[in-house]
Amino acid sequence: MPTEHIVSAFEDELKALDTKIAQMGGLAEQLLGRAIDSLENRDPGLAEATIRQDEQIDRLEREVEELAISMIARRQPMAVDLRQIMTAVRVAGDLERVGDLGKNIAKRAMAIAAENRPKNLMIGIRHIGNKSLEQLTDVLNAYSQRDSEKALQVWRRDEELDAIYNSVFRELLTYMMEDPRNIGLCTHLLFGAKNLERIGDHATNIAEMIHFLVKGTPVTERRPKGDTTSFVMPESSTA
Amino acid sequence: MNERPNLNQAGFGNLAPAPKGLLARGDTSGRIRVVGRSVSVFYGEKQALIDVNIDILDKSVTAFIGPSGCGKSTFLRCLNRMNDFIDAARVTGSVEIDGVNIYDPEIDPVQLRARVGMVFQKPNPFPKSIYDNVAYGPRIHGLARTKSDMDEIVITSLEKAGLYKEVKDRILEAGTGLSGGQQQRLCIARAIAVNPEVILMDEPCSALDPIATARIEELIDELRQNFCIVIVTHSMQQAARVSQRTAFFHLGTLVEEGETSEIFTNPRQSRTQDYITGRFG
Repeated sequence: MPTEHIVSAFEDELKALDTKIAQMGGLAEQLLGRAIDSLENRDPGLAEATIRQDEQIDRLEREVEELAISMIARRQPMAVDLRQIMTAVRVAGDLERVGDLGKNIAKRAMAIAAENRPKNLMIGIRHIGNKSLEQLTDVLNAYSQRDSEKALQVWRRDEELDAIYNSVFRELLTYMMEDPRNIGLCTHLLFGAKNLERIGDHATNIAEMIHFLVKGTPVTERRPKGDTTSFVMPESSTA
Repeated sequence: MNERPNLNQAGFGNLAPAPKGLLARGDTSGRIRVVGRSVSVFYGEKQALIDVNIDILDKSVTAFIGPSGCGKSTFLRCLNRMNDFIDAARVTGSVEIDGVNIYDPEIDPVQLRARVGMVFQKPNPFPKSIYDNVAYGPRIHGLARTKSDMDEIVITSLEKAGLYKEVKDRILEAGTGLSGGQQQRLCIARAIAVNPEVILMDEPCSALDPIATARIEELIDELRQNFCIVIVTHSMQQAARVSQRTAFFHLGTLVEEGETSEIFTNPRQSRTQDYITGRFG
């Protein structure tokens, strides 16, 4: 942003809004990392701590909303300020969803804590988890740096996450078909993988908003989409 | 929120080219009524307006915004040759209304000002009755043949200005006895009584309270159906509320002109952005 506001309190509020988003982003990243660890390492204690952490994210989301509404009411923001406030509200909403999805992964980690897990199944989960976390981290960096090009890179990379999800999906399906006793475990893992794929979608949402914030225009490019699992039937996956 | 992102459905991207009706109602596709070309104004040695080029659309409201001394009022006054009253002022370039250069020596400024009405910052009714305030213009321009013609013009003008209901029982009382907001609407009635094509307003609400301001803004929105309106305002919110197009002036130049929704969400020039966001350094 080129120059500062004449009204310094307005400037302070815009900064406060950014600080809250940065806090939310940090918490969401941490929560997601822990959720993936707890799933992989069968650590119900960590899972429980992770679940509790989501409350902080929810609280920050409410604070962002309240501050944004109050700023709109009192300061009648225009142009880039208006875009920043709208973007903050939307990003906070996405991060809140990321927190929920991460919490859900931690819950599933607790549910299957006692089960034995085939090693190569967990490699796939770790892989999608890392990719999802990387997307989140990169998009949060792009936000704090107001870097629309970096945001677009994240946006385009979502396809890779979709591809990993497709292969994890097929792998889990195969395990379930091999032995019905795997169904309980695999269903939880499948939902976990789906949550991680969804978190990637929230990262692309945030990326689009960064572009809007910086450029003032929506992303016009068509995003490549790689999630084809909606069309998969078990018969075809074994072929 | 957690749906797969689709810009068309997200609704968020719509903010940039704002949907018509979000910031200001109605279409802006009217024909061009006023054309300014290379308009410069000098007050003695000092150049107050530098090479302004602008097309102003009919049946829409165009707002001029900018810091004090930026030339917006000077340019507004060029549009009905009010600068003629200032001896040291010199205008170059051309201003055409419906294809006719209003600075042509053949043009009678008095007739011109009947076609291009003006409403000022401070309500300035004549020290006459409400009726006579409105009848004054039509009378000197010979627009009414009979008393009943004149009654008709006065009542219609007061109705159009949204004032008739409030004053119909005291139409022969002094116009100066009305409240500030009513006086301003009386001045608008007076301006439209001579059936102008263009109405200029120089900060018409700056002396009014928020309720009176809202009434004037509602009136401006109604008048837009029939007139070409140009308004100078220091309130950016007002410009955003009432206008379809906005022109930003700074240091005597026209920096940017465009659709109001665009100017206030995504201005192209950094100077415009700095001004409307309150960052002018």
